[in-house]
Amino acid sequence: MSPAADLTALANEAAHIANPHGDEGERYTAVNSEANRSLYASRVKIYPKLVHGSFRRLKWIVMAITLGIYYLTPWIRWDRGPNLPDQAVLLDFPARRFYFFFLEIWPQEFYYITGLLILAALGLFLVTSVAGRVWCGYSCPQTVWTDLFVTVERFFEGDRSARIRLDKQPWSLGKFGRKFAKHITWVLIAIATGGAWVFYFADAPELARQLLTFQAPMIAYLSIAIFTATTYTMGGLAREQVCIYMCPWPRIQGAMFDEESLLVSYKEDRGEQRGPHKKGASWEGRGDCIDCGQCVAACPMGIDIRDGMQLECIQCALCIDACNEIMDRVERPRNLIAYDTLRNQERRAKGEPTKLSLLRPRTIVYIVVLATVGLIMLYALVNRETLQVSVLRDRNPLFVTLSDGSIRNGYAVKIVNKDHDAHDYVISIEGLPNARISRVGALGEESSTVTVGPDTLANVKFFVTLPAADLPQLDDGKAEFHFVATAIDDGKRAIRDTSFRGPEK
Amino acid sequence: MSDNPHKHKDDVSGVETTGHEWDGIKELNNPLPKWWLYTFYACCAWAFVYWIFMPAWPHLSTEGWTYTKGVLGYEQRQSVADELAAVQAGRADQLAEITTKPLVEIAENPALMELALAGGKAAFGDNCAPCHGSGAQGSKGFPNLNDDDWLWGGTLDDIHTTLQHGIRWEADDETRFNIMSAFGKDEILTPAEISDVADYVLSLSGTQAEAEAIARGQEVFANNCVACHGEDAKGNQELGAPNLTDAIWLYGGDKATIVQTVSNGRGGVMPAWSSRLDEGTIKQLTLYVHSLGGGQ
Repeated sequence: MSPAADLTALANEAAHIANPHGDEGERYTAVNSEANRSLYASRVKIYPKLVHGSFRRLKWIVMAITLGIYYLTPWIRWDRGPNLPDQAVLLDFPARRFYFFFLEIWPQEFYYITGLLILAALGLFLVTSVAGRVWCGYSCPQTVWTDLFVTVERFFEGDRSARIRLDKQPWSLGKFGRKFAKHITWVLIAIATGGAWVFYFADAPELARQLLTFQAPMIAYLSIAIFTATTYTMGGLAREQVCIYMCPWPRIQGAMFDEESLLVSYKEDRGEQRGPHKKGASWEGRGDCIDCGQCVAACPMGIDIRDGMQLECIQCALCIDACNEIMDRVERPRNLIAYDTLRNQERRAKGEPTKLSLLRPRTIVYIVVLATVGLIMLYALVNRETLQVSVLRDRNPLFVTLSDGSIRNGYAVKIVNKDHDAHDYVISIEGLPNARISRVGALGEESSTVTVGPDTLANVKFFVTLPAADLPQLDDGKAEFHFVATAIDDGKRAIRDTSFRGPEK
Repeated sequence: MSDNPHKHKDDVSGVETTGHEWDGIKELNNPLPKWWLYTFYACCAWAFVYWIFMPAWPHLSTEGWTYTKGVLGYEQRQSVADELAAVQAGRADQLAEITTKPLVEIAENPALMELALAGGKAAFGDNCAPCHGSGAQGSKGFPNLNDDDWLWGGTLDDIHTTLQHGIRWEADDETRFNIMSAFGKDEILTPAEISDVADYVLSLSGTQAEAEAIARGQEVFANNCVACHGEDAKGNQELGAPNLTDAIWLYGGDKATIVQTVSNGRGGVMPAWSSRLDEGTIKQLTLYVHSLGGGQ
């Protein structure tokens, strides 16, 4: 087949197929083109065509990496010593711990997660202001899984035109077989997705064994079932509708990028006037767009990039690859569709030289805020204490007068040992001369040593008694002092301020 | 509006409007989505099923307002009672152990002790707090149970006996009993002698008064008080006689209160709890009170 005939065939194919609402005389229309958009439209199935090129290759790589991270992370081991789980990433709800490699988060340290979410949000803002919806186009789970599901569909049903033909055919054993194989594979992928999810919440090898022998907790099977259903529905059936109708991000993004952001765009100045082109004909007086419709055929969102910036566009750049394939064939320069800025389009229209300004007030502000939050988190992380003491003074009764006239206060002392080994801590008081400390339950014993297990918290009650002769040191019935916990083995100390109350005189 | 003179077909959607118009915005008369409609019908059907099986409609009867009970006989009050019973049943073994085991053994068993202290705290709030205070801090005439001063003894067994049989609780034959005479009212001592003995008692815990009065008071004390309070005035827990030399005063440590105490006598009453609470609860209370900081 000659290249020209090939292109005519492509154009005809596009005209026939992607024109569900098309009028006479209009050769093809994108499913979600502006003309076809109605408030009450029912969904028209999109058949994305496979393209080849650098962005498609990049998307394969990103897909491999992100899926690899998702499926394999729970299986990474991380030695934390004999007392703690050896799973690198584990959300241990029963024990109320979140393990992330070297990091270990207690419930009261959940602000680390808040910080991570803030970092993620700011990162998203920054990337979006620089290069548009990179997240949507490459790494969003919806995009990755949809891409995977479309690949499976393509494997069983063929590429775009074969799939369209198949759907138009009456039901036959062959059609049923292909459809059945596709759905079964989808379900298996969905089960694997739901299955991988639960491994983040329990020891992966142990849970896998339980799952296979039907001894796993009901909640594990239920979670797998829910995630299987959502993965199958979102990735296999709903696809682009999730991005267009369910996701809030397309609505927010409009505020995130500006005329200097790199967006996947059609270079109208170079492409127009578009029109079919015969091999050997002159390129004078016309644009480079030969109106072959390949950008539309490749689009997983069913839009025509040449309509300009659109809410539906996830900026996956597949139309760039599709167009570049054609540009190579018709021997015109590549990148008729490319990452481009609105400002540069204006500049080219005016004949000015184009330039990129990635560092502009918006991105600088994002970078500064991102760096600040990152540094604060890093500081908090580096200075994380493995020993903490908190003290709650009894308020009922406020104080107790003993028979020798001394005054006694009660304190609930919590000693948090975030270390991976058990430690013995001596609890003492400082700043209240002559006061005696005694451990409740060990009354009369001098020992105020508390053993706290690895990664646990001990709740111990102490009495502090101030002799009658020392009561004058109370100021208006009150004195400040502090509890000190000192590890016997490594001498690590933690201090907590509290107060002592006596009669007001 | 109801006659729909404004009803017309919308140009864009081709759908008829309801005729309602607000600031130029008209409402399309679209049919309900089918899934929504069928869910609504299913909910209506479910409501009828629910009325039959569950408590539903209030109605008047000869005994006033009542409601349809439903054929399943479900009752929230009953389900709460069932849950409580299930909790009790789950603890039955441990509670039986608390009832039968000696107090010292319970105190040495961390699991039993945890349950006993929790149960004791709850029982204290229900039964003891009205007099002794929610923090067991006591008040005038009602001893503070946190301190180290005990009228009738602060060992586990002493506290247990006090709880079981009460103090001056006449309905209980084994109740702790002793009476401090009303030395003034019964004219055993003259007001001057009472003033002297009060000065003497105050001097025991360091409050100075006229030396002669103290000497006279010591004489009065030796003749009238030592039988219960002891020659050194340190009291006698067998008789519930308080230690008069320490810093803790049940009724007050100023001279006027001491004069009043000597003149009229004192005789606080505590109920015998064995007739009101079961042995397990009394033991939990014993361990709880003992744990407050003064237990011996």
